[in-house]
Amino acid sequence: MTLGDFLHAIRRGTRRAASGLTLLSITVAAPAFAEGADRLAVAPGGYTPMKPTPGKGMPVDGGITFQQQYSPNGDYALWMHDMFLLPIIIAVSLFVLGLLAWVVIRYNRRANPVPSKTSHNTMLEVVWTGLPILILLVVFVPSMKLLARQYKAPPANALTIKATGNQWYWSYSYPDNGGFEVISNMLPDEEAKKRGEPPQLAADNRMVVPAGEPIHLQTTGADVIHSFAVPSLWFKLDAVPGRINEKVLFVKEPGVYYGQCSELCGARHGYMPIVVEALDRPHYNAWVMTHAGAKVDGAPEAAPAADATPAAAAAPAAADSAADAASSSGSAA
Amino acid sequence: MATIPHDDFLAHEHEDHAHHDHKPGFFARWFMSTNHKDIGTLYLIFAVCAGIIGGAISGMMRAELAHPGIQYLGWFATHIFGESNPSFDQTLHLWNVLITAHGLIMVFFMVMPAMIGGFGNWFVPLMIGAPDMAFPRMNNISFWLTVAGFCSLMISPFVPGGTGNGAGIGWTAYAPLSTTGSQGPAVDFAIFSLHLAGAGSIMGAINFITTIFNMRAPGMTLHKMPLFVWSVLVTAFLLLLALPVLAAAITMLITDRNFHTTFFDPAGGGDPILFQHLFWFFGHPEVYIMILPGFGMISQIISTFSKKPVFGYLGMAYAMVAIGVVGFVVWAHHMYTTGLSEDVKMYFTTATMVIAVPTGIKIFSWIATMWGGSISFKSPMVWAMGFIFLFTVGGVTGVVLANGGIDDNLQDTYYVVGHFHYVLSLGAVTSLFAGFYYWFPKMSGRWHSELLAHLHFWVFFAGVNMVFFPMHFLGMQGMPRRYPDYAPAFEKWNHLSTVGYMVMSVSIVIFLINIAYALVAGKKAAGNYWGEGATTLEWTLSSPPPFHQFETLPKIEDDHHH
Repeated sequence: MTLGDFLHAIRRGTRRAASGLTLLSITVAAPAFAEGADRLAVAPGGYTPMKPTPGKGMPVDGGITFQQQYSPNGDYALWMHDMFLLPIIIAVSLFVLGLLAWVVIRYNRRANPVPSKTSHNTMLEVVWTGLPILILLVVFVPSMKLLARQYKAPPANALTIKATGNQWYWSYSYPDNGGFEVISNMLPDEEAKKRGEPPQLAADNRMVVPAGEPIHLQTTGADVIHSFAVPSLWFKLDAVPGRINEKVLFVKEPGVYYGQCSELCGARHGYMPIVVEALDRPHYNAWVMTHAGAKVDGAPEAAPAADATPAAAAAPAAADSAADAASSSGSAA
Repeated sequence: MATIPHDDFLAHEHEDHAHHDHKPGFFARWFMSTNHKDIGTLYLIFAVCAGIIGGAISGMMRAELAHPGIQYLGWFATHIFGESNPSFDQTLHLWNVLITAHGLIMVFFMVMPAMIGGFGNWFVPLMIGAPDMAFPRMNNISFWLTVAGFCSLMISPFVPGGTGNGAGIGWTAYAPLSTTGSQGPAVDFAIFSLHLAGAGSIMGAINFITTIFNMRAPGMTLHKMPLFVWSVLVTAFLLLLALPVLAAAITMLITDRNFHTTFFDPAGGGDPILFQHLFWFFGHPEVYIMILPGFGMISQIISTFSKKPVFGYLGMAYAMVAIGVVGFVVWAHHMYTTGLSEDVKMYFTTATMVIAVPTGIKIFSWIATMWGGSISFKSPMVWAMGFIFLFTVGGVTGVVLANGGIDDNLQDTYYVVGHFHYVLSLGAVTSLFAGFYYWFPKMSGRWHSELLAHLHFWVFFAGVNMVFFPMHFLGMQGMPRRYPDYAPAFEKWNHLSTVGYMVMSVSIVIFLINIAYALVAGKKAAGNYWGEGATTLEWTLSSPPPFHQFETLPKIEDDHHH
């Protein structure tokens, strides 16, 4: 990005900010069309939930830095944090600490009985104004690059998935796959442990996505604001009632990636985890086809499905029972 | 900065001894007070009480978070908040009530009253050589409105608020959780408490601006004002410009809740994000409102104990002005994940990082003030040096969070909690303790124990770092804030944090013992007990100062160092 581009961006940004609220312009991707046989392939054998890999896509015991990243933008952001931000902030903190230590040793009452009366030094003041500006410019470049990458529009045939935050569960709908909906409730701790999943993070039904391709993810809120967040994919986007937010989600490889609601949404805010399961295309398509009325995105229109309701009809009941289970587990723990 | 000629100094001391104060009776003095020093004392007592309540609430939270699972919330709900057989959801709701109350109490009823109401009231008139504040009666109602606001907030947890008793909306009170999401009067009580406290603060701001502009002693130009007065002046402008926006936002919440308006309801054409813009247009300047008077106090203290004038006085004053101005154009960095467009995120990232520059000027100027000095490490100085380091650590994590693309992974995690507690709980509060030990003998006329004050510092320093440093780790690992329960992977650092809380609370006990000791057995303090480095006007008066000071206005002579 050149300086001219940057100034242009600033001008546009200021103008829009000043004019009040800024809405994300929404461009819904065109329906996906076949680009190769493998995109339409359906693996045999249906779908069995993938076992999570310990330490992958989830917090690790006593971890002190970011979770390992599984998206290209996550890699870039983590690189920027580890290579630029973290060394700079540690250096600045240690520099200030060092100066304080030196002052304590050298300029205490005993070491320096007569204080100097210096109260100005223009050169020094210019330096300590200019130096931070230079450091910020160094941070500025990758920072703007990261933002530009995160806002790169998805290709027109990207798969669209819509995540809706509800009090207190997530629902995921798949408009390109026939419009079925998945209701996702937290698993009680014992059940999670039984299935080999981390407690508090596991859900009964996961948001299954294809790996290795950009996904056009939309979020909205059904009642209050929620936030869809997956730390290992460097992804967080608020789910706001009356709005549809959108952002590209890209998962590099198959796996199970855990996240949690990240905007205060009422009593059970801490009890509506997000589980993203990424599968290769044939297995994703196989998962899609386990739903009534589903179709592989980009496939030619099939004959109208007889009945698309069972999954949706079963949903509220499932939500209630799982919620009750969650509450009993919580009280017991 | 102004220095006081030596004979003036003696004259005042002498005058004070000869002077007999005519103090009103107990009720009239403390309940109908128009004296800035008495009102300042009331504010400080109030802030200590509110701080103990807010701190006790954080103790409840840290107890619950010591281990995964829900251990204590049910007990608190039954035994402290009087709910019989609370359901699991009511128990969880109590968690949200605790985080809301902790935030509101600490921001509006602890830090602000102590900084501006307490030290501002006490020392702005003394430092500019004024007999009192410009509007003494308005000063009184500012205080009692704050108390009334606090009472409203204290009623809130005991009345219905939706899922259970109390307002569980977070201190940010985002709609629609705070409107359609919380039925019952608890949220109205919480919002109304902000109306009352806000009105009090706006009046206080008007009072400070008028006093500082009109009542400076002859010869004290703006560029000779002590930096603490500068800091309160900038803060008062921030209050005056920011609080009405909060008042508008929460009034719209009230009407959305009770009178069927739809400012924040998309079903009627409103927008929940509008509330966030309004809230943070207030909320970001609010952050500087809480820290700027601390900057001012630290400048006075460092200059006093280094026996040197503040380095780069004008740069220091205008750095605060710059922080105040830029503080108004960075608000949406609290909203990076709400769906802002790319350009907006780029702008707010850039503007936010700019704040690091004036802040850096302040840090380096403090160090340059000490450089070449002859430093005595009395307790206020130790607290002030602790402040510089802790505030730096809180500041640099702010630079990380300023980056919109990085913040995507940190927004609403414990990293943010760690960051703002480093600048507030460790920054603002540390400066409050520094100011307290600096001026306590001046205010009370009695010495605290320096030994206990040092001990207080070291225990506090160890405790708060244990509480808040691990929060950065938790946040980077992805632990969201405002959660009563968490995955077992987060247990290690949460447990350390809880242990740190216990250490920190020991330091508060030391602090209270120290006050009690000073009031009961403290030695009498002289007029200028810190000696040659203390050059501002409050040191020309006795300790405590006479009930009415500066009946003859002091004259400020030209300062040869400028």
